[in-house]
Amino acid sequence: MAGIIGKKIGMTSIFDDQGKNIPCTVIEAGPCVVTQIKTEDVDGYSSVQIGFGDKKDKKCLKSEKGHLNKSKSSPKKKYVEFPLFKVKKTNTEGEDNFEELKLGDLIKVNDVFSEGQFVDIAGTSKGKGFQGVVKRHGFAGVGDATHGQHNRMRAPGSIGAASYPARVFKGMRMAGRMGGERVTLQNLKVLKVMEEKNVLIIKGAIPGPRNSYVEISN
Amino acid sequence: MDFLNEISNELTKSKELPEFKSGDQVTVYYTIKEGKKERTQFFKGVVLQRKGSGNTETFTIRKVSNGVGVERIFPMNSPIIEKIVVEREGRVRRSRIFYMRQRFGKKARIKEKRRTNS
Repeated sequence: MAGIIGKKIGMTSIFDDQGKNIPCTVIEAGPCVVTQIKTEDVDGYSSVQIGFGDKKDKKCLKSEKGHLNKSKSSPKKKYVEFPLFKVKKTNTEGEDNFEELKLGDLIKVNDVFSEGQFVDIAGTSKGKGFQGVVKRHGFAGVGDATHGQHNRMRAPGSIGAASYPARVFKGMRMAGRMGGERVTLQNLKVLKVMEEKNVLIIKGAIPGPRNSYVEISN
Repeated sequence: MDFLNEISNELTKSKELPEFKSGDQVTVYYTIKEGKKERTQFFKGVVLQRKGSGNTETFTIRKVSNGVGVERIFPMNSPIIEKIVVEREGRVRRSRIFYMRQRFGKKARIKEKRRTNS
């Protein structure tokens, strides 16, 4: 597994070889710094923590600075841990080999992803506020506006039986806060990797508003 | 947004197309694929609107074919467009002339723009 942290820039569209118009999302991905390497011996499991997005020095807590001292990294806005991290590097003879990462290493988009690959993207979805059951859980609502119906076209209907069980079951789908939660989309196609601009073009939409951070992994 | 525009401009080759706006009568020549063969077709009609900006801009063309209104939306930077010929420049007061959909016959005429020769 390998991954990178990115920032959602926005959506646009490109034309493929057949002249088809394909919607796509532009992500500024990396370069990320390796800030910590967790090993089986010390931490009980192995993973790699990477950081992305510079922030001001004064916004950085003392404990965070101490943590970053080990990798000599500047303060980062977002840190994400990826398990079993491996980066493919092509050496001078054109062979692909998996390199061990060191603290302070820079990870760029083209180290991790290539065109045509399928990736998973996780991010925080857009907050929708307090929403009813039709939007939040896909209830059908009351189909008719007439036949005795009055102001209950998007109502949830019955939420259970009466004297037995005399309560509402846990997990009953009702109205409430929607969005603003972690969402992972799987198998999104990488249309383009722009190495010099650190940009990744993904087919279709990804979770979250513009300028939000997303985790991209394969 | 600037960065997004920069990236999307890099992704699509912008075409050299003549200037036109809503109310103009244009002919769009575009390629269609039939199996392996490619051939050119054209679509001639009035421009109803231009929508969007940058590399995702589109335009809508309407024609009346056998008494039935036909509209087609083309992306500005679509690779299937071969060329666009502006047949007639129309004088309209709106940038989106959807009222043309309700008009037939003599009412559906658009005045030609007067050109000052200077």
